[in-house]
Order: sequence, then structure tokens, then C-alpha cells
Amino acid sequence: MTWSAAARGAHQPDNTAFTQQRLPAWQPLLSAGIALPLFFCAGLAFIGLGLGLYYSSNGITELEYDYTGNPGTGNCSVCAEAGQGRAPPPTCSCAWYFSLPELFQGPVYLYYELTNFYQNNRRYGVSRDDEQLSGLPSALRQPANECAPYQFSAAGLPIAPCGAIANSLFNDSFSLWHQRQPDGPYVEVQLDRTGIAWWTDYHVKFRNPPLVNGSLALAFQGTAPPPNWPRPVYELSSDPNNTGFTNQDFVVWMRTAALPTFRKLYARIRQGNYTAGLPRGAYRVNITYNYPVRSFDGHKRLIFSSISWMGGKNPFLGIAYLVVGSLCILTGFVMLVVYIRYQDQNDEDEDEQ
Amino acid sequence: MGDTPGRGGAQRRRPHNPGRSEKYELRPEGPTGMGSLAYREDLEEEEKNSGFTWEVKANSRAYNNQFKEKGFLCWQRRKYKTNVIHTAKYNVFSFVPLNLYEQFRQVSNLYFLLIIVLQSIPEISTLPWFTLFVPLVCLLVIRATRELVDDIGRHRSDRIINNRPCQILVGRSFQWRKWKHLCVGDVVCLRRDSIVPADLLLLASTEPSSLCYVETADIDGETNLKFRQAPMITHRELTSVRNMASFQGKVVCEEPNSRMHHFVGCLEWTGKKYPLDSGNILLRGCKIRNTDTCYGLVIYAGFDTKIMKNCGTTHLKRTKIDHMMNRLVVLIFLSLIVISAGLTLGFWYKAKELKGKHHYLPTNDMPSVAAESFLIFWGFLILLSVIVPMAMFIIAEFIYLGNSIFINWDVQMYYEPHDTPAKARSTSLNDQLGQVEYIFSDKTGTLTQNIMTFKKCCINGVIYGPDEERKTPHKENPYLWNTFANGKSFFHNAGLLQAVRGNQDAMVREFWRLLAVCHTVMVQDKNSERPDQLVYQAASPDEEALVTAARNFGYVFLARTQDSITVLELGEERKYQVLAMMDFNSVRKRMSVLVRNPEGSIYLYTKGADTVIFERLHVTGEVEWTTEEALASFAEQTLRTLCLAYKEVDEDAYQEWRQRHQEASILLQNRAHALHQVYEEMEQNLQLLGATAIEDRLQDGVPETIQCLKQGNIKVWVLTGDKQETAVNIGFACRLLSEDMLILEEKEIIRILEAYWESNNNLLGGEQCLKNAFLPQVKMAMVINGEFLDQLLLSLRKEPRALVHSVNTDVEEPWQEPGEQRTDFLQARRLSLMWRTLGMPLRSTGLAPQAKTARARESPEVRRERAFVDLASRCQAVICCRATPKQKALIVALVKKYQHVVTLAIGDGANDVNMIKTADIGVGLAGKEGMQAVQNSDFVLAQFCFLQRLLLVHGRWSYLRVCKFLRYFIYKTLASMMVQVWFAFYSGFSAQPLYEGWFLALFNLLYTTLPVLYIGLFEQDVSAERSLELPELYIAGQKDEFFNYGVILQAIAHGMATSLVNFFMTLWICQDSGGPVISGDYQSFAVVVALSSLLSITVEVILIIKYWTVLFVLAIVLSFCFYVVMTALTQNFWSFQMSPKTFSFLYADRNVLSQPPILLVILLNVSLNTLPVLAFRLIHRALKKPRPKEEVEAPSEEIITVEPMPYLRRESRTRRSSYAFSHREGYADLITQGTSLRKTPGVNSDMLADQKIPSDEELSLSIKESPWFSRKMSFLGRKRRQHRGKVSSEDTQPATTMSSSFTADVQSSSYLDNQVSLTRNVAPSTNWKPRSFQENLPIKQERSLSYGQWPYSHPKSLTLTRKRPLSLQEMPPSPRESQLSLSESQPTPLGQLSLESQPAPLEEKKAFWSVSRSSWKIWPFWQKELKSPKEGTAPLPNETHPTLVETTPPSTGESSTDEQPMEVAPLPLEGQLVPSESQVPPDLGGQLPLPHKEQ
Repeated sequence: MTWSAAARGAHQPDNTAFTQQRLPAWQPLLSAGIALPLFFCAGLAFIGLGLGLYYSSNGITELEYDYTGNPGTGNCSVCAEAGQGRAPPPTCSCAWYFSLPELFQGPVYLYYELTNFYQNNRRYGVSRDDEQLSGLPSALRQPANECAPYQFSAAGLPIAPCGAIANSLFNDSFSLWHQRQPDGPYVEVQLDRTGIAWWTDYHVKFRNPPLVNGSLALAFQGTAPPPNWPRPVYELSSDPNNTGFTNQDFVVWMRTAALPTFRKLYARIRQGNYTAGLPRGAYRVNITYNYPVRSFDGHKRLIFSSISWMGGKNPFLGIAYLVVGSLCILTGFVMLVVYIRYQDQNDEDEDEQ
Repeated sequence: MGDTPGRGGAQRRRPHNPGRSEKYELRPEGPTGMGSLAYREDLEEEEKNSGFTWEVKANSRAYNNQFKEKGFLCWQRRKYKTNVIHTAKYNVFSFVPLNLYEQFRQVSNLYFLLIIVLQSIPEISTLPWFTLFVPLVCLLVIRATRELVDDIGRHRSDRIINNRPCQILVGRSFQWRKWKHLCVGDVVCLRRDSIVPADLLLLASTEPSSLCYVETADIDGETNLKFRQAPMITHRELTSVRNMASFQGKVVCEEPNSRMHHFVGCLEWTGKKYPLDSGNILLRGCKIRNTDTCYGLVIYAGFDTKIMKNCGTTHLKRTKIDHMMNRLVVLIFLSLIVISAGLTLGFWYKAKELKGKHHYLPTNDMPSVAAESFLIFWGFLILLSVIVPMAMFIIAEFIYLGNSIFINWDVQMYYEPHDTPAKARSTSLNDQLGQVEYIFSDKTGTLTQNIMTFKKCCINGVIYGPDEERKTPHKENPYLWNTFANGKSFFHNAGLLQAVRGNQDAMVREFWRLLAVCHTVMVQDKNSERPDQLVYQAASPDEEALVTAARNFGYVFLARTQDSITVLELGEERKYQVLAMMDFNSVRKRMSVLVRNPEGSIYLYTKGADTVIFERLHVTGEVEWTTEEALASFAEQTLRTLCLAYKEVDEDAYQEWRQRHQEASILLQNRAHALHQVYEEMEQNLQLLGATAIEDRLQDGVPETIQCLKQGNIKVWVLTGDKQETAVNIGFACRLLSEDMLILEEKEIIRILEAYWESNNNLLGGEQCLKNAFLPQVKMAMVINGEFLDQLLLSLRKEPRALVHSVNTDVEEPWQEPGEQRTDFLQARRLSLMWRTLGMPLRSTGLAPQAKTARARESPEVRRERAFVDLASRCQAVICCRATPKQKALIVALVKKYQHVVTLAIGDGANDVNMIKTADIGVGLAGKEGMQAVQNSDFVLAQFCFLQRLLLVHGRWSYLRVCKFLRYFIYKTLASMMVQVWFAFYSGFSAQPLYEGWFLALFNLLYTTLPVLYIGLFEQDVSAERSLELPELYIAGQKDEFFNYGVILQAIAHGMATSLVNFFMTLWICQDSGGPVISGDYQSFAVVVALSSLLSITVEVILIIKYWTVLFVLAIVLSFCFYVVMTALTQNFWSFQMSPKTFSFLYADRNVLSQPPILLVILLNVSLNTLPVLAFRLIHRALKKPRPKEEVEAPSEEIITVEPMPYLRRESRTRRSSYAFSHREGYADLITQGTSLRKTPGVNSDMLADQKIPSDEELSLSIKESPWFSRKMSFLGRKRRQHRGKVSSEDTQPATTMSSSFTADVQSSSYLDNQVSLTRNVAPSTNWKPRSFQENLPIKQERSLSYGQWPYSHPKSLTLTRKRPLSLQEMPPSPRESQLSLSESQPTPLGQLSLESQPAPLEEKKAFWSVSRSSWKIWPFWQKELKSPKEGTAPLPNETHPTLVETTPPSTGESSTDEQPMEVAPLPLEGQLVPSESQVPPDLGGQLPLPHKEQ
């Protein structure tokens, strides 16, 4: 029997590179020649990056004040004492005075920080109704079960916005006053309360329900505010663009934090004379102290921070880069030693052979 | 030939002789101790079915249908199945429920189902519903699809089989129907070449005597024809279709069972009963050959047929890694429970705080913290369930499938001549192919092609080999002058051709004449297409090769009748009258034909084993000498040899002999023995013609493959049903055995095991003992046979029988011949040799500390089995001959059980099915025919040599791939999923998931699947060529180097590290940061960690893959694309609008990734995960570099540099007889009784029939034979005991003698053994006598007898043999007596006179020398000694000495009294015989007296 190349058997497999597992391939062998430069280069790059980050982070100034009101820590302790054990706590004001010896480089951002606050608790995190928040009328009347026990009010009305997150909305408020001259009057520094939420949140994710007769209040008719709220959701702000579900404070709060310690943006300072930052002088922050945190050993802080290209002050990232970069170079040297040592040996072995 | 016992069609012709089948039946059915092997089931089945409860009435469906079987509850169904076969699992309606049921029987699937159910409880639903649901559905669908495809294939093949046509008797005529219409009781008509549709009782055929030839290739892979015969009564009565139609016989037989070669039943017809046995049965799957038409009655149909019963249920084979994977999953699951419990505990403590103080948290209606914790526990379990890698199972499925397809696709495993590609039938065993340590191979059809070719011959001392092709490019077919020449022959030898055509040399003439006359070949009916071409039908391929060779050289066998053979000799047609045919059998090892030639003179032509023929030669001269040399060279080339001899017989002598032959052949009892004696008398004083050498063609590349596999540390064992000679011959041909190996045979094994046993002494350390016992330098091989194995392993279970049982229980064993004794002698010699080698270590370890009592509690049989397996596994090669399928499986199971290794069985016939099923991997060879093995195998190859590629390339790759895949998968899962655990510490243990639900769901399905799949499908560390060049690389798989608990731990640690880095780096950075928009929110954090994980994992996969192709780049790119696309899909506004809750991560990625610092965070995470690992690997490799080199070299060194001990060299052994002849008994009878020949007058068959038909009361042949059989058995037993007495009194008796084996007298006893076996060897043509002595004293008598007898002219020996039957049946006369009488009565022939009557004078030594040479067959060794005195290094003389001693006694035997010490005579003789040995070390003398002392 002769079998020419043409007369293939019916069952003969195809002789292609793929079927025969002979695909052209590159078998990367990380030799010393590649690995060492790689490590040195990476190390250098990281160190450079780290230095940059470190310095830009150092260039950022941050001013922080804990206004929790633990006894003996300023005038907020009064409010803290007052609010003890009452819900809703009575309205109480306190203030934080500080002075800037020089210009606080702008743009300046005002944050509040809460600690030991478990926004990432599962029960807390799921206790919201995104459908309701996206403005679906049906969901407005019939909040999701996850919202329980803040699904319906005691009167049986659907709660809008429902759920524990909304219910626990951070309701301290701050106003910044600047004293240009010593003993001069305090001038209120305009806080820009818009643009603090993610654009997508504010524009897409959170929508008010369709207006009824042009009125948001009518749209929310038949719903109850969350139990902790002193006023309904459509009265969160007087600004019609910043009220209801699209109130930016609310939106920011609804974006839950990943960790028990978190900061949330409260306002930006960028208007008027304060575009370049806070000029030197004395300042007072009036704090409306509403939010109780001492029951769970939490802290409330106020933070003024400037930002750079890399965001807020974050020395850790730069240091981390510096460490990693140096380690890379160190490893590179170790490898160099190892290679020199054992390469010789191998060569000798080969010579012997 | 797979000559399994129990295939006894032929034997039924001789009712007096229990065929193997009957014997098989009486024998215990294999060992029962291996509970796991399901042998017990077989036994039970047999017991259950022992009654004859199966009744089938011909042509009466109504009758047959009345039999009901109790089915489910009170529903009854027909007892007899129809011939429809359903192997498919499902039908249209049952597919979905059944398949789902099947799938959910798997624990992992059930687990996921449970989790999904739990998930639907909102209280504990920590993950969105789709996270687990989507992957599970994918898994189920993929598996179901695969099942569906498989099942459709099965449906299709079922349909094809069920719709095959056959002719069924309907009413009064045969009509074409389909197989599925066939019912029990139907009469079927089968034509030539049709396949038997069910198990049939052969009723009649168009052949004489209703013979029917079948080819059982589909059943046992053997291509030679077997014959079946109809019962005489139906043969006579059912001569027409009308008779058939009115046939009302009833067959009563056993229930359907799986014993292929066994059938007992009877036919009841017209009030009489006729016995039936397996010789009357045509099995489903056979092919009718050479028979025009035959008729059969369906007895078993469909699933009741033997072959279907034999298919059995294939138990699911699982690989080592599979097991490990499952264990791993269980482990993971357990650790998940532990982790969940731990986290729940954390929740418990945290909950009090959270509940009391954290007012903002939603209060729930849970009454207590405990209840809440309970829910949280489940919540965590669900959350962490993603760590149980469900996707791993899906992907693994794909990987296995892919690797199987690559096997199917491999062009280099495609066998063009048969158009057969390799095929992986089982798609779940690929990785195991990379871990095989033992290969169990069948021989026939697997190692060999089962093609015999006439390769060389030696005529009258002249060797004719094939002409060199290059030297004489044959211009034309040299056989053109001969019209009958078979063009296919490749044996050309111009010189020989000339000699033949010259017709001058009588020897040449007789040589070819013998080949043309002495055989059992039959000429097939004239082929209609080529009338001038003869087609031979031979029972054995050897014979066919010989007869064809003769035909090519002008001696054309034309035809045969019952008593004549027509041969065309160089154009002249001669008709020989056949006076007697003395059939071949395994004990006689020869066959002879007594013919009267046209001139009227009578000739005896004999062909047979060299050992047998040379003992029967008339003279030994130069020709014999050169023939011996030729045989030696043939043996070296591993050709199968046969010696040819002839003699002219006087008319008177013939007449006298004929009478005795007649008497013997009508003996009612013991006929076989009597005939044997008569034959023996005739076959004396032969004249040697020459020798033939037939090549049992190995398959291509078999030796190379075996060599290569050996280098890969794979042990190859040959398990064959064939005879020992053939198997050993092939062993040498495949280079499994080599001349410098120490071949352990049964006795040695027993001895070693006894020693092991002894030293073991119920304590332990036995293994160590064995280990030490074998110096690594000694290459060993083991040759055993199935019977021996049975005994060895049964012996301790079924106590008393064990050691009494003879080692070699052939049917006619008592008449063992000198050849056997010679082997004994050899064995004994080697044994002694071995004892010296092993004695010391054994002794030293015998007293080894009795530590390690762990195994001491094992039962004795377990220890014995373990000892045997330990011993066998230390051998370089193991050959097991005459193994039944069950025994083959037993061996495989034994090795599996005690060595805990991966075993592979390869075979091509049905007799290998059991072993193929038992082994971890079964490979079936797709031969030309025979699908049984293939259908039960896991892999199908066309050639044995493809095994090399299958294992070393595909197996290794698969193993590597699967291991790498698993390692990486574990890493990947942990690296990505452990983050959830870390997150729990920061989320108040509230089981908050960190990742987005969609990321979790798609992570394993899409984002990381392709690279993983790539690893599993395409990864190669070295190329295929390199894998084959360096078989040593394979060892890593055997040692589980790529995937073991160490690797798993490493992967776990690595994964943990990655997850820790990802989580905490992100955490620290975020904690510290305030940005324009907060990056510390949950979604951003989740995205950053997820992306870090994904990238770290991907970089890791890039680093570990060693084989980068376009596909890999594509896989990586596609994975990223998937991520991008799916993220875009799940995070866009439309999805959000659709279901804000399901797609809550609206634009999260977009927002997060648009911030450069976050990119920096991710970069930091990834580099922190990658660089240290990379550095570690590089440094590790640099440090390790020198080591792998050593490792690679080490094993090969061991293999190659092992220097054989000098005394184990070939020189120290006698020439290996390469005789091998695959022939089965019975054909001569068939011919002489004329059953198979057309010209036969009916008388003969009638006589036969009379003989056959038993009285009515008797139900079966076995019953009829039982008295005879029991007699024979007792005789056998007696013989065995005697035999044992000799052998085992010294070597095999346990405790008593063996304990002494550590002292000096062991050696002496082994010497003694030498002597004993020597005498056995010396006694030539007496069959039984040497066996009968029990004490050492008669040695000399024996010896003298043998020498006296050797040259006798036959009339004298006749007187001797005549006495023998008496002595056999009564009690054996004292050997001494018989010997004395003999030596007195013998007239002393010329040359040997001196030998007999007086001590050999030195001048006579040459004559003696030649005598001893020819009768002992050990001369080549001596001769070599003589030729190369310089080789007489110390060990050599040492070894030769016993032999020398043994040779000498004859010279003294005659004159001496019994008491004369043996070693008196040898000394002077030796000095002169071997002058070069004058420098024999003095320790010779020291050793000599030992046997003496013993006496």
C-alpha cells in the first residue's frame, strides 16, 4: 500500500501548528541580563515616584479639629453633654477658633471625619433603596424591604428616603468666619456646598421623583421623613437644585464609607477672596452640634485641607513607594551577588564537564 | 497467542482428556482476597448461576416468553432479554431529570445548590443571588451538554448495531431481519464473514461434520481461526430448512454469565439429552470464516450474551490529582467553616457593642445575639463560598477535554496503514498519564504484530539468512519460476535457492520436504478470484510461515486428506501417505509426522524445540555443533527457533509400532499418556536436518520505546497468556530482558520470599530487609506464570494446599521432560549463585532491629503479597506468562494496592479487558480487528510505540498543565477572595462583601478564565522533542513534584500574601487620604482592591507561563477586554435604571480610575505583589541551578552505569533456548479424524459421534470425565509431591530449613540442589523417572541410567518403556531397580561402551565430552570458557565449578557403588578438560566438600 501525501486517511488529524501544539512561541527566560536592569529601573522609578509623592504630600497643609466634645476639649463639650441620651438631641452650637499665620494655600476643602462609625456594616449598608433614590415613584410609595425597620413610619407611611443610612444622615453644620483684622468683625466665608458629590451620583444615581404640579413637596406627599429627621427630605435645602434626593450632603452621606473611620467632603472654599486659599488671620467655625457620636466612642473632626494633583495629604503612599523602590534596588544587588557567585560556579561546572 | 486457559474448543474432541475449560472450572477461581477487585462478585455470580435454570426452546417464542422474572414489586418482566442493546443512558424525556440528578450527586454541586438556597434567605444573603447562580448554571449546562453529546453518540452506535441485518427462521424460511428482532430460541442463518448476533448454539453448518470456523478477534484479539462444531445429533438431523423449522429441541443450561470460554448445558430433544459445551457455542461478536453457511439457535441474546456480560460496569476512574482536588475542596470547605465560625465569634463580641451603642445601625427583630450570630455564620459561609472554586471544576473539565483532543489530534500518533489516530476515550485521566510508574503490557498484538516471518534457516549446518537488500537489489522476483510462490515473502537467499533448485543435496531436500509435510495447516478452498493461489489456514502463524517458506522454495503443500498429503516438489507432484500424526503439545514441544513416501519407504519428520530434538538425535557431529551455534546466534537475534529432524523407519519397526499405537489409541483410560509414550518411542534416533528461525515481528519501535520508558523510570511488565518460552523470547527481543540480568524464576522467588518471611519473622523491617537484600548492581528480572502467582498469593489463604501444589501445573505435567529438568538445573544453579549474592545481606538484616511494629498487625497474606510486590518491583522487568485475564488484573491490582503508584495497562484483546479496567489507565491497541479492549479502554492507540509519546509528551504536558493550573487556581482564588475575610475585621464582622456582586460572579467566569485555560491547554515547559529526548523529565510526575501538599501550601501562602498586600496597602492609603472626592468610600475601595487583585493575578500568570504564543497574548487581552466590557455593562446607567439594586456600582470604575493617585495605588499593589515573588524565584533558581543537573543525571547514571557482576554475565549461563512455537493442541486430531476434511467418509465421523454421545443420564462432559479426572488429579498430586519433595525439602520448606539459610549449610544445600537438578537434567528421555527419587542417594543410579540409555537403539528402549505404564499406574519401582535391570540388559553400543562399563579413562574423555555436550546443552558455556581462558577471573571458575563437578560423576557412575563420593572423580577430569583453569583459586576445594558433607 502506498500512501501519497494527497491520499490522506479519513481519520488523519490535521497537521497544523495549532493541532500539533507547535505554535510559534516565545519562552521567556528571565536571565540576569533582563532581571537586573528590570529591578534597578523599577527601583529607581519607584523612588522617583515616591519622592514626588512625598513632597507633594508634604506640600499639602491640613488643619484638623476634634469637636466631639469630650470633657475638657473645648466648648463643644457642653453640647456633647447636653445631647447625652436624648434623641433627637437638642440643637446646640459651639465654635472652633483658629488662626492662620500665613496663607492656607487653596483650593481649600472642608471635611468632616467620623471614627468608629460602621457605615460598612452590612445591615447598615444594605438598608437603602436605590430605586427610591433614583426617583421611581413606585419605589417612593413602596420602599424596599431592605430598608426595614425604616421602611414605614409608625403611622404606616412609607419613609422617604428609607433605610438606616438615610436615617442617620450627618446633620452637623458648619459655617466659617474670618476675622481679617485682630478684633475685627468675623466675616462669613462662603462655603461652596455644591460639587462635593460625585458627578454621576448627583446627576444620575440620585434623582428626585417627578414633580407634582411643579412642587417637590407634593411629589413627596404621602411619605414620611426618616424618624431622625427633623424635616422632610424636600426641605433639606432651600436651593431647589440641592434639595430632595439630590441634596449633595445627602448624596455624599449616602455614598457609604469603606472603613469605620472616614472623611466626607463638606464644602469647598473657592469663592470670592478665598479662591487662592484662606488668607492669614483668625477664623471661627460655628458648629451646629447635632450628631451624637459619643455613645459609640466615635469622634467627629473638622478638617481643612488643601489638595494637590494627588489628592489630599497622603504621606503613606509616597513613603510606600520609597520603600518599595529601595527594596527593589536592594534585591537587585542581592541578585547581582547571587548571579556573580553562582554563575561562576556554573561556569566552572561546565568547564569541568 | 493469548493462550488463556479455558479456551478449550479443541479439547472437546477428546472426551478422555479434560480440556482446559474443564480444568479451569475445577480450579479455584482466582484469589478471592482482593476484595476490592470484585472477584468475589464473580464468584458469587457463579455460585448463584450454577444451576441449570435457563431453558430455551427452539422455534417457540411462546414457550420462551412464558418465563418471567420478578421485577420491581409485583411487576413481572420477561426473563429472556431481546437482542436489543441500549448502552445509552438517557432518552428524550429522562435526560433533564436524570442528568440533573446525576450532577447533583456530586458533593460540590450539592454544596453550591445548598448555598444558593441559603442565599435566597434575605436574612443571611450576603451576596447577590447571581454571584453563585450564574457560575453554577454554567457548570451544569456545560456538563449536561457534554453528557448529551456522548449519549447521542451512544444512541447512534446502538442504533447501528441493533439494525444490523441477519437471517432469522420465520415460519418455514429464513428472512432478513434486524438484530434487534432476534429473540431467544430463534434459529439464525449465518453466512461467511457475517458477525454472530447473539450467543448461539451451532446447529449445523455446510462444512463437514458441521464444523464452523470463527475468528474471535473482536473477543480476544486473536486472528487465528478457531473451530466450533455442532452437536452430532443436530448435525445429522437438521439437514434442511424444513427440518430446522420443525426443530423443537430444548436447551437447558446455566444462567447467563461472564465466563467467556465456559459453557455447560444440554440439549433435550426427542426425549434424549445431549451435552453441550463451549465448543458448540458461537459467541456474539465472533466472525464466521471459511464456512459458507451455518445455523444456530439463539441461547442468550442482548445483554445476556457473554460478551455483554463481560463488558461489565466500568467503574469511574479518577486520577490522583482528582482525588487530591476533591480532598482539597473538602479541606477548603472545612477551613471555610472554621473561618466562618471564627468570624462569627468576632461578630458575637462586636455585636454587643454595636447593638447597644451604635444607634445608627438598623435594629432588627432578632431576639438574641446568639440567633443573630447563627445567621451571620451562614452569611459568612455564603460570602466565603466563592473560595470553594466552583469555576475550577468547570475549567478543569475544559482542560481535560482539550488535552484529550490534542491527543486525538496528534499526527505523530496517527497510524497511517490503519488510518487510526490516537483517541482519548476517557477525558478525565490525562494528568495521570504524566505519573505512570508501571506499565502492564500484553504481548501478542501489543508488543508484537502477531506476524511470523521466516527469517533464517540452518540446513545441515549452513546458515542461510536473507540476502542483503543493497548487495543484490533483486531485479526480479526470484520465485518467478515457481507459480505457487507467495509474492509477499521477503526471504530471499540466492545461495539457498540455488541449492534447492539444484536438488543435489539430500539434506536440503528433506529440510523443505519436512516443512511441507510436517504441519497441521489446511488448504482453504480455492479462492474464486485467484484460483492458482493457495490460501493456507493454519492454527498457528508459525506454521503458516514455515509452510509458506517451503512453498516459496518450491515445496508446495497442495492438499491434504485425512491420510495423505500432496506436495508439489519442484514441480513434481508427490503424494505422501500419512501414517501417523503426533501432535504438538506444550510438554512434548514437538510434532512429528510419519509418512510413507511415493516410493514406499517410511519417514518420520519431526520439528520441535531444540532441547527436545537434540536429545533424540542419532549422532552428534559437526553438523549438530554448527547447528547449535546457529541456534545460539538465532537466539541472540531473538528469533524463534525450531529444530527439524527426520529419520527413515523400517517397515518392520513401523508395523510393530503401529500395533502399539493402535492399542494405545483405543485405550479408554489414560490414553493421552499411553499415546505419548508410543510417540516417544518413535521419535528417537533422529537425524538433524537443521533449524528454522522465525521472527515474531515486534511492532515498530517497541524496543526503543521500552528503553525510553525505562529511562523515564517507568517499569514495564509483560503480562501474557502466552507460553513462557515465547514470552521470554519476546522479553529479550524488546530488550526488557538482557543477558546480564539475573532472571528470577518461581523457585527463587519462593525462596526469597520465604527468606523474607523468615527474617521478617512476624516483626517487621522486612521491607528494609528486601531493600538490602538486593545490591543495586544486580539487575534482576522476574519470570513467573499465572499458576504460580495464584499459589503464591493464595497459599497462605488456603493453607495446606499451597506448598504441596506443584509450581508448574500443566495438564500433562507428570511426564515432564528433560528440557524442563534442564531449566530446573539452571534455576538451581542461579539460585545458589544468588544465595551467595544475597546471603550476606539477608543474614545481616535478618537480625535487624525489630522496630516499626506498625505493619506487624497485618495479616500474613497481606504481608506475603506485599513481599512479593516489593520483590517484583525491585526487578528491572517482570514477565508473567500464562496469565488468565483475571490474573492479569490481579497483578495490576496488587501493584496498585501495595505500591500506591499509577499503573497503566495496555493490551489489544478481550483477555486484557479486565486488566485495562483495573489499571489506573487502560490503553487499548486498535489492531486490525478486535474492539473489545478498545471499547473498555481509556485511551486508544494504534501502535505500542505511541505510548512513548502519549506518556512522555502528552502525559507529561497534561500533568504539568493540570498541576500548574491547580496551583495557580488556588493562588488566584485565595489572592482575590481572602480579602473578604480581612475586610470582615473592619466591617464589624457583619459579613459585608467587599467586592461588587458582578465582579465576584464574573471574576472566575470571564476575567481570569482565559489565562487559566491557556495554562491548562497550551502550557509547555519543554518541547515535545525535548520531552522525548530527556525521558528523565518524566520522573517529576511520578514523584508528584508539581502538585503536592507542599505546593498547595505554597500557593495558599502566596495567595494570602497577595490578598494581604492588596487589602492593607489600599486600606492604609485610603485611611490617610482626603481628596477632591473621597476615595475612602466603599465602592471605590472595592474597585481598587478588586482591580489590584485582578492585575496581580494576571501579572502572576504572565510570569508563570513559560510558553508565550499569540493565543496567550490574546487570552490576556481578551480578559482585560472582558473586564472593561462587563464593567461598562454592569456599571452603566441603563443597567442601573433597570435594577438599581442589582447594578449599584454605577460608574464606580470610571470615577475611581480617573484619579491618578488611585492608579498609583494599584500600581504599588501590583508591584509589591509581583516583584518580591519574581526576585525570590530568580534567586531561588540561581541557587538551585546546579542541583537540577544532578537530579537529571542521577537516575540515568544509575541505569546506565550499573555494571553487571561478572559472574552474572552471559558466559556463566548456558545457551538460552529460543524455542517458541505458538501452536495449540488438537489440530492433528482434527485432521487425522478427518472431521475437517471434505473427502472424509462418513464412517469416521459416525464413529466419532458414537464416541461422543454419552449415555443419557449424564448431563455434562465434566461429569462423565470426573472419575478419570479425579484419578488423574491424584496422580498429579502424587507427582507433585515427589517433585516438591526434592525441590522444596531444601528450598521451600518454611521455617525449619530457611532459618538455617543464614548459616553455612545453606550454601551447601544450594549446592546440593545443584546436584539434584543436574541429575534431573542428565536423565534424558525418560519422562518420569528422575522425578521419583526423593533422597539424594539414587543420584548416581539415575545418572548411570541416563548415560546408559542415551545411545540405545530403540528396540531396547521399547522394552523399557513398555514397563513404564505399569509402573506409572501402580507404584513407581525403585529407581534403583529399574536402573540396574536396564544397565544389565543393555547391549553396549560401540562408542559408549567404555563409558558404561568402566570408569572413564582419560583418553576417552573426548568421547565423553561430546556425549555430555549434546545431552546437557550446556556446552557453549564451557566452550567459551575454553576459548577465553583469560576470562577465568576469580568469580568465573567459582561459578563453573559446580557444573564441572556435576558433569563428572558419570564416569564413575557405572563402576561405583552408591556410596562413592561424588567429587572423587571430577578432579582429575576437570584438570584436563579445562587446562586453563589451573589457576583456579584454592577456595574451590574448600567449597567442594560441602555437598559431600551434607550427604
